Amino acid sequence: MTEAAGELRAPGRRALGWQVATLVESLPETPTASTLVLDVPGWQGHLAGQHLDVRLTAEDGYSAQRSYSIASAPDATRLAITVQAVRDGEVSPYLLEDFSLGAAIELRGPVGRWFVWRPGEPAPVLLVAGGSGIVPLMAMIRTRRATGSRVPFRLLYSVRSPDDLIYADELVRRPLLDGVDVTVAFTRSAPETDRRGAGRLTAADLVAGGWPPDLAPRVYVCGPSGFVETMADLLVAMGHAAGEIRTERFGPTS
Amino acid sequence: MAILTPGFRGRDRTGAVALPPGQYLTRDFPVLSAGPTPRIPLDRWEFTVTTETGEARGWSWTELMSLPAEEQTVDIHCVTKWSKLGTTWRGVSLDTLLGDLDTAADYALASSYGGYTTNLPFEDLLDGKAWIAYEFDGDELAAEHGGPARLLVPHLYFWKSAKWVRGIQLLLEDEPGFWENLGYHNYGDPWREQRYEGD
Repeated sequence: MTEAAGELRAPGRRALGWQVATLVESLPETPTASTLVLDVPGWQGHLAGQHLDVRLTAEDGYSAQRSYSIASAPDATRLAITVQAVRDGEVSPYLLEDFSLGAAIELRGPVGRWFVWRPGEPAPVLLVAGGSGIVPLMAMIRTRRATGSRVPFRLLYSVRSPDDLIYADELVRRPLLDGVDVTVAFTRSAPETDRRGAGRLTAADLVAGGWPPDLAPRVYVCGPSGFVETMADLLVAMGHAAGEIRTERFGPTS
Repeated sequence: MAILTPGFRGRDRTGAVALPPGQYLTRDFPVLSAGPTPRIPLDRWEFTVTTETGEARGWSWTELMSLPAEEQTVDIHCVTKWSKLGTTWRGVSLDTLLGDLDTAADYALASSYGGYTTNLPFEDLLDGKAWIAYEFDGDELAAEHGGPARLLVPHLYFWKSAKWVRGIQLLLEDEPGFWENLGYHNYGDPWREQRYEGD
Protein backbone atom coordinates (compact mmCIF):
# COMPACT_ATOMS: atom_id res chain seq x y z
CA MET A 1 0.00 0.00 0.00
CA THR A 2 3.00 2.29 -0.10
CA GLU A 3 3.07 2.24 -3.88
CA ALA A 4 5.03 4.97 -5.61
CA ALA A 5 6.00 6.47 -2.29
CA GLY A 6 9.04 8.11 -3.85
CA GLU A 7 6.99 9.81 -6.54
CA LEU A 8 4.40 10.90 -4.01
CA ARG A 9 6.82 12.47 -1.61
CA ALA A 10 6.89 16.22 -1.89
CA PRO A 11 10.27 17.74 -2.64
CA GLY A 12 11.75 18.75 0.68
CA ARG A 13 9.62 18.98 3.77
CA ARG A 14 8.43 22.52 3.66
CA ALA A 15 5.82 23.22 6.29
CA LEU A 16 2.27 23.78 5.10
CA GLY A 17 1.80 27.34 6.25
CA TRP A 18 -1.50 29.07 6.95
CA GLN A 19 -2.75 31.14 4.02
CA VAL A 20 -5.44 33.78 3.82
CA ALA A 21 -8.48 32.83 1.76
CA THR A 22 -11.13 35.32 0.67
CA LEU A 23 -14.71 34.30 -0.06
CA VAL A 24 -15.60 35.21 -3.63
CA GLU A 25 -18.80 33.20 -4.12
CA SER A 26 -21.24 31.19 -2.07
CA LEU A 27 -23.45 28.72 -3.92
CA PRO A 28 -26.28 26.92 -2.11
CA GLU A 29 -26.25 23.23 -3.03
CA THR A 30 -28.99 21.91 -0.74
CA PRO A 31 -30.99 23.43 2.14
CA THR A 32 -28.07 22.50 4.44
CA ALA A 33 -24.94 22.66 2.28
CA SER A 34 -23.18 25.35 0.28
CA THR A 35 -20.15 25.53 -1.93
CA LEU A 36 -17.72 28.27 -0.96
CA VAL A 37 -15.43 29.55 -3.70
CA LEU A 38 -12.25 30.94 -2.19
CA ASP A 39 -9.51 33.06 -3.62
CA VAL A 40 -6.15 31.94 -2.23
CA PRO A 41 -3.22 33.90 -3.66
CA GLY A 42 -0.16 31.66 -3.89
CA TRP A 43 -2.13 28.40 -3.66
CA GLN A 44 0.33 25.67 -4.62
CA GLY A 45 -2.29 23.58 -6.42
CA HIS A 46 -3.69 20.23 -5.34
CA LEU A 47 -4.54 16.72 -6.44
CA ALA A 48 -8.13 15.60 -6.88
CA GLY A 49 -9.32 14.14 -3.58
CA GLN A 50 -7.09 16.12 -1.23
CA HIS A 51 -8.39 18.16 1.68
CA LEU A 52 -7.40 21.30 3.53
CA ASP A 53 -7.65 22.59 7.07
CA VAL A 54 -9.66 25.70 7.90
CA ARG A 55 -8.83 27.78 10.98
CA LEU A 56 -11.13 30.34 12.55
CA THR A 57 -9.83 32.59 15.34
CA ALA A 58 -12.01 34.45 17.85
CA GLU A 59 -11.15 37.84 19.36
CA ASP A 60 -9.77 36.28 22.54
CA GLY A 61 -7.34 34.16 20.52
CA TYR A 62 -9.36 30.93 20.73
CA SER A 63 -9.20 29.09 17.44
CA ALA A 64 -10.95 26.11 15.90
CA GLN A 65 -9.78 23.96 13.02
CA ARG A 66 -11.67 21.56 10.78
CA SER A 67 -10.80 19.63 7.62
CA TYR A 68 -12.74 20.04 4.37
CA SER A 69 -12.34 18.17 1.13
CA ILE A 70 -11.55 20.29 -1.90
CA ALA A 71 -14.39 20.13 -4.44
CA SER A 72 -12.74 21.84 -7.40
CA ALA A 73 -10.24 20.79 -10.04
CA PRO A 74 -6.80 22.37 -9.55
CA ASP A 75 -6.63 26.04 -10.49
CA ALA A 76 -4.02 28.74 -9.98
CA THR A 77 -5.63 30.79 -7.23
CA ARG A 78 -9.18 29.58 -6.71
CA LEU A 79 -10.59 26.58 -4.99
CA ALA A 80 -13.96 25.44 -3.76
CA ILE A 81 -15.03 23.55 -0.67
CA THR A 82 -18.55 22.32 0.05
CA VAL A 83 -19.67 22.68 3.64
CA GLN A 84 -22.46 20.58 5.13
CA ALA A 85 -24.18 22.03 8.19
CA VAL A 86 -23.51 19.97 11.29
CA ARG A 87 -26.02 20.16 14.13
CA ASP A 88 -24.48 21.87 17.17
CA GLY A 89 -21.41 22.46 15.06
CA GLU A 90 -18.81 25.10 15.72
CA VAL A 91 -17.17 25.84 12.38
CA SER A 92 -19.83 24.87 9.83
CA PRO A 93 -22.46 27.33 11.17
CA TYR A 94 -19.95 30.16 10.87
CA LEU A 95 -18.97 29.20 7.33
CA LEU A 96 -22.60 28.80 6.19
CA GLU A 97 -24.27 31.69 8.00
CA ASP A 98 -21.74 34.34 9.02
CA PHE A 99 -18.94 34.16 6.47
CA SER A 100 -19.65 36.95 3.97
CA LEU A 101 -18.35 37.78 0.51
CA GLY A 102 -14.98 39.50 0.69
CA ALA A 103 -14.29 38.26 4.22
CA ALA A 104 -11.23 36.14 4.97
CA ILE A 105 -10.46 32.93 6.82
CA GLU A 106 -7.22 30.97 7.14
CA LEU A 107 -6.50 27.64 5.56
CA ARG A 108 -3.59 25.35 4.91
CA GLY A 109 -3.10 22.48 2.56
CA PRO A 110 -3.41 20.55 0.41
CA VAL A 111 -3.23 17.50 2.67
CA GLY A 112 -3.12 13.77 2.01
CA ARG A 113 -1.69 11.84 -0.91
CA TRP A 114 -3.59 8.59 -0.59
CA PHE A 115 -7.22 9.36 -1.39
CA VAL A 116 -6.25 11.02 -4.67
CA TRP A 117 -6.79 10.38 -8.36
CA ARG A 118 -4.19 11.39 -10.95
CA PRO A 119 -5.30 11.90 -14.55
CA GLY A 120 -2.38 9.74 -15.80
CA GLU A 121 -3.64 6.62 -14.06
CA PRO A 122 -5.19 4.30 -16.68
CA ALA A 123 -7.48 2.05 -14.58
CA PRO A 124 -11.23 2.62 -14.83
CA VAL A 125 -12.55 4.41 -11.79
CA LEU A 126 -15.49 3.61 -9.54
CA LEU A 127 -16.63 6.33 -7.18
CA VAL A 128 -18.99 5.47 -4.33
CA ALA A 129 -20.34 8.44 -2.39
CA GLY A 130 -22.56 8.66 0.67
CA GLY A 131 -24.07 12.11 1.30
CA SER A 132 -21.48 14.85 1.44
CA GLY A 133 -18.86 12.18 0.74
CA ILE A 134 -19.45 13.24 -2.86
CA VAL A 135 -17.16 16.27 -2.41
CA PRO A 136 -13.67 14.80 -3.00
CA LEU A 137 -15.13 12.48 -5.67
CA MET A 138 -16.54 15.53 -7.48
CA ALA A 139 -13.03 16.96 -7.53
CA MET A 140 -11.96 13.78 -9.35
CA ILE A 141 -14.81 14.09 -11.88
CA ARG A 142 -14.00 17.76 -12.46
CA THR A 143 -10.28 17.03 -12.80
CA ARG A 144 -11.06 14.31 -15.32
CA ARG A 145 -13.04 16.82 -17.37
CA ALA A 146 -10.52 19.66 -16.97
CA THR A 147 -7.65 17.50 -18.19
CA GLY A 148 -9.57 15.90 -21.08
CA SER A 149 -9.02 12.44 -19.59
CA ARG A 150 -10.84 9.55 -21.29
CA VAL A 151 -10.57 7.19 -18.34
CA PRO A 152 -14.06 5.71 -17.85
CA PHE A 153 -15.69 6.73 -14.57
CA ARG A 154 -18.74 5.38 -12.81
CA LEU A 155 -20.33 7.08 -9.84
CA LEU A 156 -22.76 5.58 -7.34
CA TYR A 157 -24.14 8.36 -5.18
CA SER A 158 -26.30 7.61 -2.16
CA VAL A 159 -28.44 10.40 -0.70
CA ARG A 160 -31.53 10.47 1.47
CA SER A 161 -33.81 12.41 -0.86
CA PRO A 162 -33.69 14.61 -3.97
CA ASP A 163 -33.32 17.66 -1.69
CA ASP A 164 -30.02 16.28 -0.42
CA LEU A 165 -28.37 16.02 -3.83
CA ILE A 166 -25.20 18.08 -3.88
CA TYR A 167 -24.02 19.18 -7.37
CA ALA A 168 -27.43 18.17 -8.74
CA ASP A 169 -27.10 20.44 -11.79
CA GLU A 170 -23.71 19.11 -12.76
CA LEU A 171 -24.41 15.44 -12.08
CA VAL A 172 -28.07 14.97 -12.90
CA ARG A 173 -29.97 17.89 -14.37
CA ARG A 174 -27.53 19.14 -16.96
CA PRO A 175 -24.75 16.62 -17.01
CA LEU A 176 -21.69 17.39 -19.12
CA LEU A 177 -20.19 14.12 -18.15
CA ASP A 178 -19.16 12.29 -21.29
CA GLY A 179 -17.65 9.06 -20.04
CA VAL A 180 -18.99 9.34 -16.51
CA ASP A 181 -21.97 7.08 -15.71
CA VAL A 182 -23.95 8.35 -12.76
CA THR A 183 -26.33 6.28 -10.63
CA VAL A 184 -28.12 8.07 -7.82
CA ALA A 185 -29.58 5.93 -5.04
CA PHE A 186 -32.19 7.64 -2.89
CA THR A 187 -32.30 5.94 0.49
CA ARG A 188 -35.47 7.43 2.03
CA SER A 189 -37.54 9.08 -0.67
CA ALA A 190 -37.07 8.79 -4.40
CA PRO A 191 -38.74 10.85 -7.12
CA GLU A 192 -41.72 9.09 -8.73
CA THR A 193 -39.79 8.82 -11.97
CA ASP A 194 -36.97 6.90 -10.30
CA ARG A 195 -37.26 3.27 -11.39
CA ARG A 196 -34.92 2.05 -8.66
CA GLY A 197 -37.13 3.26 -5.83
CA ALA A 198 -35.96 4.24 -2.35
CA GLY A 199 -33.47 2.07 -0.50
CA ARG A 200 -29.89 1.76 0.54
CA LEU A 201 -27.15 0.86 -1.91
CA THR A 202 -26.87 -2.90 -2.27
CA ALA A 203 -24.55 -5.42 -3.87
CA ALA A 204 -26.95 -5.44 -6.85
CA ASP A 205 -26.45 -1.67 -7.27
CA LEU A 206 -22.68 -2.15 -7.19
CA VAL A 207 -22.98 -4.79 -9.90
CA ALA A 208 -25.34 -2.74 -12.08
CA GLY A 209 -23.67 0.64 -11.68
CA GLY A 210 -20.08 -0.30 -10.93
CA TRP A 211 -17.31 -2.22 -12.70
CA PRO A 212 -16.70 -5.95 -12.60
CA PRO A 213 -13.58 -6.87 -10.60
CA ASP A 214 -12.04 -8.34 -13.80
CA LEU A 215 -11.49 -4.81 -15.09
CA ALA A 216 -9.32 -4.09 -12.04
CA PRO A 217 -10.83 -0.68 -11.37
CA ARG A 218 -9.53 1.75 -8.80
CA VAL A 219 -12.32 2.33 -6.29
CA TYR A 220 -12.82 5.38 -4.10
CA VAL A 221 -15.41 5.25 -1.32
CA CYS A 222 -16.25 8.31 0.75
CA GLY A 223 -19.03 8.96 3.22
CA PRO A 224 -20.09 8.41 6.81
CA SER A 225 -18.17 5.68 8.57
CA GLY A 226 -20.93 3.07 8.56
CA PHE A 227 -21.60 3.63 4.86
CA VAL A 228 -17.92 3.26 3.98
CA GLU A 229 -17.59 0.15 6.11
CA THR A 230 -20.59 -1.49 4.40
CA MET A 231 -19.59 -0.52 0.87
CA ALA A 232 -15.95 -1.59 1.31
CA ASP A 233 -17.07 -4.97 2.69
CA LEU A 234 -19.47 -5.48 -0.25
CA LEU A 235 -16.77 -4.56 -2.76
CA VAL A 236 -14.29 -6.99 -1.20
CA ALA A 237 -16.96 -9.72 -1.19
CA MET A 238 -17.57 -9.05 -4.92
CA GLY A 239 -13.92 -9.77 -5.59
CA HIS A 240 -12.40 -6.31 -5.82
CA ALA A 241 -8.80 -6.20 -4.64
CA ALA A 242 -8.65 -4.71 -1.13
CA GLY A 243 -5.53 -2.78 -2.13
CA GLU A 244 -7.45 -0.98 -4.91
CA ILE A 245 -10.24 0.20 -2.61
CA ARG A 246 -9.36 3.55 -1.10
CA THR A 247 -11.60 4.89 1.60
CA GLU A 248 -12.20 8.15 3.34
CA ARG A 249 -14.63 8.34 6.21
CA PHE A 250 -16.01 11.15 8.18
CA GLY A 251 -17.55 10.81 11.55
CA PRO A 252 -19.68 13.67 12.77
CA THR A 253 -17.35 16.61 12.25
CA SER A 254 -18.70 19.74 13.76
CA MET B 1 0.32 34.72 13.76
CA ALA B 2 -3.35 33.98 13.25
CA ILE B 3 -5.62 36.55 11.68
CA LEU B 4 -8.90 37.12 13.50
CA THR B 5 -12.17 35.90 12.05
CA PRO B 6 -14.70 38.70 12.62
CA GLY B 7 -17.92 37.41 14.14
CA PHE B 8 -16.49 34.00 15.09
CA ARG B 9 -16.96 33.25 18.76
CA GLY B 10 -16.61 29.48 18.90
CA ARG B 11 -17.95 27.14 21.53
CA ASP B 12 -18.59 28.01 25.14
CA ARG B 13 -15.20 27.45 26.73
CA THR B 14 -16.00 27.79 30.42
CA GLY B 15 -14.63 24.79 32.26
CA ALA B 16 -13.11 23.35 29.11
CA VAL B 17 -10.24 20.89 29.51
CA ALA B 18 -6.91 21.59 27.88
CA LEU B 19 -6.61 19.84 24.55
CA PRO B 20 -3.64 19.75 22.18
CA PRO B 21 -3.66 22.71 19.78
CA GLY B 22 -6.25 22.56 17.01
CA GLN B 23 -8.13 19.61 18.56
CA TYR B 24 -11.79 19.47 19.57
CA LEU B 25 -13.57 17.14 21.91
CA THR B 26 -15.76 14.30 20.68
CA ARG B 27 -17.80 11.72 22.56
CA ASP B 28 -18.13 9.48 19.51
CA PHE B 29 -15.38 7.19 18.38
CA PRO B 30 -14.84 8.11 14.73
CA VAL B 31 -12.96 5.77 12.42
CA LEU B 32 -10.09 6.63 10.13
CA SER B 33 -8.62 4.08 7.79
CA ALA B 34 -7.31 3.97 4.26
CA GLY B 35 -9.10 0.89 2.94
CA PRO B 36 -11.41 -2.01 3.73
CA THR B 37 -11.36 -3.49 7.23
CA PRO B 38 -9.38 -6.76 7.36
CA ARG B 39 -11.03 -9.60 9.29
CA ILE B 40 -8.52 -11.85 11.04
CA PRO B 41 -9.67 -15.12 12.63
CA LEU B 42 -8.11 -15.53 16.07
CA ASP B 43 -6.76 -19.01 15.29
CA ARG B 44 -4.71 -17.49 12.47
CA TRP B 45 -3.70 -14.35 14.31
CA GLU B 46 -0.02 -13.95 15.06
CA PHE B 47 2.15 -11.14 16.34
CA THR B 48 5.85 -11.13 15.49
CA VAL B 49 8.72 -8.96 16.63
CA THR B 50 11.86 -8.95 14.48
CA THR B 51 15.15 -7.38 15.49
CA GLU B 52 17.71 -5.75 13.22
CA THR B 53 19.67 -9.01 13.14
CA GLY B 54 16.65 -10.94 11.91
CA GLU B 55 15.96 -12.64 15.23
CA ALA B 56 12.21 -13.14 15.47
CA ARG B 57 9.84 -13.81 18.31
CA GLY B 58 6.17 -14.59 17.82
CA TRP B 59 2.98 -14.95 19.83
CA SER B 60 -0.26 -16.70 18.94
CA TRP B 61 -3.54 -15.27 20.24
CA THR B 62 -3.59 -17.84 23.05
CA GLU B 63 -0.02 -16.94 24.00
CA LEU B 64 -0.83 -13.23 24.02
CA MET B 65 -3.83 -13.87 26.26
CA SER B 66 -1.65 -15.74 28.72
CA LEU B 67 0.59 -12.71 29.28
CA PRO B 68 -0.09 -10.25 32.10
CA ALA B 69 -2.54 -7.60 30.93
CA GLU B 70 -2.86 -3.99 32.03
CA GLU B 71 -5.82 -1.65 32.00
CA GLN B 72 -5.09 1.91 30.94
CA THR B 73 -7.33 4.96 30.82
CA VAL B 74 -5.91 7.43 28.35
CA ASP B 75 -6.81 10.39 26.13
CA ILE B 76 -6.52 9.86 22.39
CA HIS B 77 -5.94 12.47 19.70
CA CYS B 78 -6.61 11.93 15.99
CA VAL B 79 -4.82 14.00 13.37
CA THR B 80 -8.26 14.68 11.82
CA LYS B 81 -8.72 16.88 14.92
CA TRP B 82 -10.97 14.97 17.27
CA SER B 83 -9.80 14.11 20.75
CA LYS B 84 -11.51 11.62 23.01
CA LEU B 85 -10.82 11.68 26.71
CA GLY B 86 -10.76 8.89 29.26
CA THR B 87 -10.81 5.88 26.95
CA THR B 88 -10.15 2.59 28.71
CA TRP B 89 -8.11 -0.15 27.10
CA ARG B 90 -6.86 -3.55 28.15
CA GLY B 91 -3.82 -5.16 26.64
CA VAL B 92 -0.22 -6.24 27.03
CA SER B 93 2.49 -3.68 27.62
CA LEU B 94 5.20 -3.62 24.97
CA ASP B 95 7.67 -3.67 27.86
CA THR B 96 6.48 -7.24 28.44
CA LEU B 97 6.92 -8.15 24.76
CA LEU B 98 10.10 -6.20 23.94
CA GLY B 99 11.73 -5.57 27.29
CA ASP B 100 14.43 -8.25 27.30
CA LEU B 101 15.25 -8.25 23.58
CA ASP B 102 18.87 -8.05 22.58
CA THR B 103 18.84 -5.12 20.19
CA ALA B 104 20.69 -1.95 19.32
CA ALA B 105 17.74 -0.57 17.34
CA ASP B 106 16.63 3.04 17.69
CA TYR B 107 13.59 2.75 15.43
CA ALA B 108 10.53 0.61 15.00
CA LEU B 109 8.16 -0.05 12.12
CA ALA B 110 4.78 -1.50 13.05
CA SER B 111 2.92 -3.41 10.35
CA SER B 112 -0.66 -4.53 10.12
CA TYR B 113 -2.90 -7.10 8.51
CA GLY B 114 -4.07 -5.33 5.34
CA GLY B 115 -0.66 -3.78 4.65
CA TYR B 116 -0.66 -0.64 6.81
CA THR B 117 2.61 0.47 8.40
CA THR B 118 3.68 3.23 10.79
CA ASN B 119 7.07 4.14 12.24
CA LEU B 120 8.10 5.30 15.71
CA PRO B 121 11.28 5.70 17.68
CA PHE B 122 11.88 2.48 19.62
CA GLU B 123 11.96 4.36 22.91
CA ASP B 124 8.37 5.54 22.35
CA LEU B 125 7.27 1.92 22.66
CA LEU B 126 8.94 1.31 26.03
CA ASP B 127 8.61 2.42 29.65
CA GLY B 128 4.86 2.11 29.96
CA LYS B 129 4.01 4.15 26.88
CA ALA B 130 2.65 1.51 24.49
CA TRP B 131 0.48 -1.60 24.47
CA ILE B 132 -0.97 -4.28 22.24
CA ALA B 133 -4.60 -3.59 23.10
CA TYR B 134 -7.46 -6.02 22.60
CA GLU B 135 -10.27 -4.57 24.71
CA PHE B 136 -11.88 -1.16 24.53
CA ASP B 137 -14.22 0.09 27.28
CA GLY B 138 -14.64 -3.43 28.59
CA ASP B 139 -15.54 -5.09 25.28
CA GLU B 140 -13.42 -6.93 22.79
CA LEU B 141 -11.98 -4.51 20.27
CA ALA B 142 -14.24 -4.23 17.20
CA ALA B 143 -12.66 -4.89 13.81
CA GLU B 144 -13.37 -1.37 12.56
CA HIS B 145 -11.40 0.00 15.52
CA GLY B 146 -8.48 -2.32 14.88
CA GLY B 147 -9.51 -5.62 16.43
CA PRO B 148 -8.62 -8.25 17.26
CA ALA B 149 -5.62 -6.22 18.49
CA ARG B 150 -4.09 -2.85 17.77
CA LEU B 151 -1.06 -0.95 18.85
CA LEU B 152 -1.89 1.72 21.45
CA VAL B 153 0.55 4.62 21.71
CA PRO B 154 -1.67 7.36 23.10
CA HIS B 155 0.99 10.06 23.47
CA LEU B 156 1.24 10.31 19.66
CA TYR B 157 -1.47 11.07 17.08
CA PHE B 158 -3.67 8.05 16.78
CA TRP B 159 -2.51 6.96 13.32
CA LYS B 160 0.62 5.71 15.12
CA SER B 161 -1.60 3.28 17.07
CA ALA B 162 -1.70 0.83 14.18
CA LYS B 163 -4.96 -1.10 13.84
CA TRP B 164 -4.88 -4.85 13.08
CA VAL B 165 -1.25 -4.95 14.18
CA ARG B 166 0.66 -8.07 13.18
CA GLY B 167 4.24 -7.21 13.89
CA ILE B 168 6.97 -4.78 14.85
CA GLN B 169 10.30 -4.60 13.10
CA LEU B 170 13.17 -3.08 15.05
CA LEU B 171 15.52 -1.07 12.85
CA LEU B 172 18.82 0.75 13.03
CA GLU B 173 17.55 3.38 10.60
CA ASP B 174 14.20 5.10 10.52
CA GLU B 175 11.79 3.93 7.83
CA PRO B 176 8.70 6.07 7.21
CA GLY B 177 5.39 4.21 7.31
CA PHE B 178 2.20 4.58 5.29
CA TRP B 179 0.92 8.03 6.25
CA GLU B 180 4.46 9.22 6.98
CA ASN B 181 5.19 8.66 3.27
CA LEU B 182 2.03 10.49 2.21
CA GLY B 183 2.49 13.91 3.75
CA TYR B 184 1.98 13.31 7.47
CA HIS B 185 4.54 14.09 10.15
CA ASN B 186 7.24 11.55 10.90
CA TYR B 187 6.82 11.71 14.68
CA GLY B 188 3.30 13.06 15.31
CA ASP B 189 3.31 14.69 18.76
CA PRO B 190 -0.18 16.21 19.21
CA TRP B 191 1.00 18.69 21.86
CA ARG B 192 3.43 20.15 19.31
CA GLU B 193 0.79 19.89 16.58
CA GLN B 194 3.00 17.76 14.35
CA ARG B 195 0.27 16.87 11.86
CA TYR B 196 1.97 17.19 8.50
CA GLU B 197 5.51 16.94 7.22
CA GLY B 198 7.41 20.10 8.04
CA ASP B 199 5.23 20.95 11.09
